[in-house]
Amino acid sequence: MLFSTAVFYVFAAILVFAALCVITVRNPVHAALWLVLSFFTAAAIWLLLGAEFLAITLVLVYVGAVMVLFLFVIMMLDVNFEDLRRDFRSYLPVGAAVGLLVLLEMVLVIVAGTAGAGSAGSLPAGSNTQALGRLLYVDYVYPFELAAVLLLVAIVAAIALTYRRRRGAKVQDPGAQVKVRREDRVRLLEMPAEKRDG
Amino acid sequence: MKTELNAILPEIAVLVSACVILIADLFVPQAKRHVSFWLTQFALLATIWIVVATAQVAPVRAFSGMVVDDMLSDVLKLFALVAVSLMLFYSRAYLMARGLFRGEMFVLTLFALLGMMVMMSAGSFLTVYLGLELMSLSLYALVAMQRDSSAPSEAAMKYFVLGALASGMLLYGVSMIYGATGSVDLDRVAEATLGGQGNRTLLAFGLVFVVSGIAFKLGVVPYHMWVPDVYHGAPTAVTLLIGTAPKLAAFAFTLRVLAGALKGLEFDWQGMLVVLALLSMVLGNLVAIAQSNIKRMLAYSTIANMGFMLMGFLAADLNGYSAALFYTVAYVLTSLASFGVVLLLSREGFEADLIEDFRGLNRRSPWWAFIMLLVMFSLAGVPPTLGFYAKFAVLEAAVNQGFVWLAVVAVLTSVVGAFYYLRIVKLMYFDDPVDDSPIVARGDARALLSANGIALLVLGILPQYLMGLCTLAVTQSYF
Repeated sequence: MLFSTAVFYVFAAILVFAALCVITVRNPVHAALWLVLSFFTAAAIWLLLGAEFLAITLVLVYVGAVMVLFLFVIMMLDVNFEDLRRDFRSYLPVGAAVGLLVLLEMVLVIVAGTAGAGSAGSLPAGSNTQALGRLLYVDYVYPFELAAVLLLVAIVAAIALTYRRRRGAKVQDPGAQVKVRREDRVRLLEMPAEKRDG
Repeated sequence: MKTELNAILPEIAVLVSACVILIADLFVPQAKRHVSFWLTQFALLATIWIVVATAQVAPVRAFSGMVVDDMLSDVLKLFALVAVSLMLFYSRAYLMARGLFRGEMFVLTLFALLGMMVMMSAGSFLTVYLGLELMSLSLYALVAMQRDSSAPSEAAMKYFVLGALASGMLLYGVSMIYGATGSVDLDRVAEATLGGQGNRTLLAFGLVFVVSGIAFKLGVVPYHMWVPDVYHGAPTAVTLLIGTAPKLAAFAFTLRVLAGALKGLEFDWQGMLVVLALLSMVLGNLVAIAQSNIKRMLAYSTIANMGFMLMGFLAADLNGYSAALFYTVAYVLTSLASFGVVLLLSREGFEADLIEDFRGLNRRSPWWAFIMLLVMFSLAGVPPTLGFYAKFAVLEAAVNQGFVWLAVVAVLTSVVGAFYYLRIVKLMYFDDPVDDSPIVARGDARALLSANGIALLVLGILPQYLMGLCTLAVTQSYF
């Protein structure tokens, strides 16, 4: 057995274990941390495949940004997960039936023989950052830009739906705060001097 | 590069104008919001000019096959642009009265239009999907725009959840087709399926999921659940938008995916469409009878109409596709006028969305009663309106391909449908009005709505030009 194959199996085992923990642990914060571990191991497997750019992006974007956001949301929402689990038994038959159906389909597809039209193909020559860049910005530039527009729509829609300036609400206007001068706030009064009694 | 950019020039125009209006609107005070309105109308007009000016007969493929610019996309884009422009004119007073006359309304409408245009000239499953999401996401937000009452939010939530489910099914199907053929490019998939390559089981599974996704977007039975709730709950202006231009995009989606990419599986999807068309026509027409709200009634009428359109589509030949395209365009024109009249009758604090609100319309305004009469006749398929010729063309195409029994069912359900359309005519002409308030509307909306109603009659008497255009568009792209 080659050394890289052995390394792959080690990482794969960690990945599967971490993924199982994500869905089985009770504490959602722990689940998020297990998810971080599974992302790391997935990145390591990509490194083994020679896809170093994807591996680094996975760590930077998912572990660095998305998971931190997840943790924030979990900690701030204070969802009671026990409530969500309570009806587990009553939904079990339906869930099991759907799960079995999906399993059956997968088996059918695999038994039916070679599903894919071919393997993923060999890696292109040169750095794969360059290869990915070429794909994204030359071959797939149109869908790439459309995805960008989609994100813009999401921003516009989210703001249009949630932002509402209420009348009479007390809000700070930083511009006015900065522009304020001493003369607007401090008033010096001339008072006649008074004699102190006694 | 120049020809590549030329192919997406209309999309670029819509995107740029949406971004410009988004920024410019920030500097317009609320009292002068009509500046944004006219900017939007100008952008739509300019895009119509671009579509017409860059139209060419031979199909052009650009961006490594992601985009197809052909007659079909040009014709569909033209009608979609006109529909959106009319929708904004008709709903101007309605939006103003409800505090919805805002910059985001115009911007999101333009983004939805952009999504439709992307779908119309899609050359790959990837572009189809992105266009679909762009359109749907904007529409979800538009439905939820009115936050003062709970009905729009509920409708938006239902639309969003079911829409996400449908998108998921569609993507699952596309991934299976990709697995079987090794490509997401519509032309390559067509080559592979016609050449009998790929795993048939996997392709059939993929097809089922893709057809489910299409059926949801068209709103045909059994994927119709969202249609009545969304039509009813959304502000009438947004209902008008959802009921018109997206149908053209959904038609393009159906044609490009089923008649284009999956032509090799024609026999399989024909059977599925027969079931969808049959159920939609029966259920849509029967349930519409029981409705007391005109928006809900028109929603069930949409379900029935889309089923009728699919009947033309499943004939799967030049006549069938042309008839289905003609039917969709005719339906969109009729739908514009029907919701246009509902918008016209509504005023501040009054929706005019009950069938009872049409009682005695003839006494209040003979002209609008006549326009509504034309609309109802067109929906029911009474000659000489546009709807009659559209139904006739579809039935002819279906009978020519041997679907005689389906055509018989279609005619029978249309007779049932005529009942609830003509009931409105009866209420308008033979009953006394309950509400005597005068009908006030802006001059431009009146003129355009009148023109729209008259067009239903004129195009019904002279359908050959529109039919010629539809046939030309389909011929250039698929035959």
